[in-house]
Amino acid sequence: MFLETFFQNLLNALQWGSFYALIALGYTMVYGVLLLINFAHGDIFMVGAYIGFFIASLLLGRYAGFSPGLPPALIFGLTVMITMIITSGVGVAIERVAYRPLRRKGASRLYVVITALMCGLILENGNLAILGASRRSFPQLFSNAAHNIAGVTFTNIKVLVILTTVLVFVLLEAIVRKTRIGMAMRAISYDRMAVPLMGIPLDTVIVFTFALGSSLAALAGVLFATAYPVLDPYMGALVGWKAFIAAVLGGIGEIRGAIAGGFLLGFVEIFVAAFFPSTLRDLIAFSILLVFLSIKPTGIFGVARATKI
Amino acid sequence: MRSYSSILSYTTLCALAVLATKLGILNAYVQLVLMYVGINIILSTSLNIVNGYMGEFSVGHAGFMAVGAYVTSILNVMLFTGSSIFGPPLLSPSSAIYLFPLTLIAGGVAAALAGLLVAVPSFKTRGDYLAIITLAVNYIVKSSIENIQPIGGARGFMGMRNVIDSMQAVVNLPWTMIWVLISVGATVWIIHRLVNSTYGKGIVALRDDEIAAEIMGVNTRRMKIVAFMLSSGLAGIAGGLFAHVLGYINPGTFTIMKSTEALVMVYLGGMGSLSGSVMSAIIFTLALEAFRPLQVIKWVIVPFLLILLMIFRSEGIMGQRELTDIFPNLRRWFAPREGLA
Repeated sequence: MFLETFFQNLLNALQWGSFYALIALGYTMVYGVLLLINFAHGDIFMVGAYIGFFIASLLLGRYAGFSPGLPPALIFGLTVMITMIITSGVGVAIERVAYRPLRRKGASRLYVVITALMCGLILENGNLAILGASRRSFPQLFSNAAHNIAGVTFTNIKVLVILTTVLVFVLLEAIVRKTRIGMAMRAISYDRMAVPLMGIPLDTVIVFTFALGSSLAALAGVLFATAYPVLDPYMGALVGWKAFIAAVLGGIGEIRGAIAGGFLLGFVEIFVAAFFPSTLRDLIAFSILLVFLSIKPTGIFGVARATKI
Repeated sequence: MRSYSSILSYTTLCALAVLATKLGILNAYVQLVLMYVGINIILSTSLNIVNGYMGEFSVGHAGFMAVGAYVTSILNVMLFTGSSIFGPPLLSPSSAIYLFPLTLIAGGVAAALAGLLVAVPSFKTRGDYLAIITLAVNYIVKSSIENIQPIGGARGFMGMRNVIDSMQAVVNLPWTMIWVLISVGATVWIIHRLVNSTYGKGIVALRDDEIAAEIMGVNTRRMKIVAFMLSSGLAGIAGGLFAHVLGYINPGTFTIMKSTEALVMVYLGGMGSLSGSVMSAIIFTLALEAFRPLQVIKWVIVPFLLILLMIFRSEGIMGQRELTDIFPNLRRWFAPREGLA
């Protein structure tokens, strides 16, 4: 009985951690390249979920009476792909309009962080102003029938979320380690002064990073909306902050760190809620984080940057 | 005489404001906005110690505000009013008039102690990792208050109105307004004196180069503790005032959103500019009130304006300068104590 509960919670934690991990990846990649905490990222996740909602509704024929009559799995696949493309456009647009002018002027990076916070607010409240405060429910594309193996229940979505995250991690590691653009990303985080001198187009790499990060947030958004089908404009705020914490916990700027931090935060939150009253979840989770960072200030995989004297 | 002119002029202005309130020239809404401006000035100038002068990135200012708000409110309600939670008042309600500043300071001290939660990790951690610690402290404070059921938990805490009423029963003056104005003056004066003193310049030295500062004999640990505790303590006082202006507080007020407002005010004014912080607090609060009729769109327009401001003036309104750097004639009035007019 104890073992069953444990595995059930483990599965839940893996799913919950997957969302954090997918969002944290966007934080960590942008940070690695620009040393910028992109606080609008949590809201890009929200935008992704909303775009996914509209695309899925469109494909299901809820608008304009046009119904292609596609099977749900195909609709899901198309939704994910189109959403990722559109959302990466949103991320790149924000970078182009708000962050790049500041970078050109050589503003202190904390001002860019404030700008990012403001972009997040605009996305949240712009959404609220345009679409209204009513919550929307994401169309159900998968049957939520629960399977049961040895007392542990799970749904298709849960497995899909976890597998997708693992797949994304492998793909991303491959991109960063093996491709030219990935090498450029690593080079920039290693030495941002020398890289442009070597003829590597800095802006292209930055745009690529934002596109990649935003599309992962969109993926997380669609998966989240499939698993918890209620959308509201502020859904990205808290998840976004926590994903940022996950990114730092793993060591910001490290892709493995974002994954490890995301899963770790997911584990802590689920297991705290499993053994203590759930109102204590944030309290205990953040206290653990505080103690952890006091002992190891650079996160799990982070390396202290050498300070030059 | 001249060296006191700034204090004198501020006192006169405050006296005029109180008189106007007393005579009923200012309506309740204007009074409320005025008090919000005051509280926001305390918040932005106190956060400027850490984020501007010391160059750290604290994103959890509302957490300290919450500590101060709750400690002050609980003390006041427990001591001076009869309530269903704490029973009959421990002291006579009329003594609130003398003891209110003490409870306010007690709230500040409690918040300063909470500031140690950030100050101690800051010995080893800097930059973005410290930002996370402040964020975590904000969540921990909010979450702790939500879990303490005797003081209302997530439902909030009220009864501060009775404290104000019992103060007004003794001497009929707008007491919240008076204490807000006094606290604003004291805060700005303390911070001004600190950052311009030899001792306080250690804080600026930490921002510019921590290692060099240490070699030059700055006790970096002590400076960090001083900066964080002063910053969070003043935030606690702002919280105590906020609780009494509103008459009702709940943990949901002190979220990351409130911290973001404080952050915006600091960076809008300029990092390490005291007069910038004061100005931006005034402008930001008034702008929020001016756009209030637009409701939801307010929170689209204000961030949009801020982004535009950042693009066209990317160091805030004042940058690192003070008002006296731009208008040197002002030095005649805001002269340092040495009398260099």
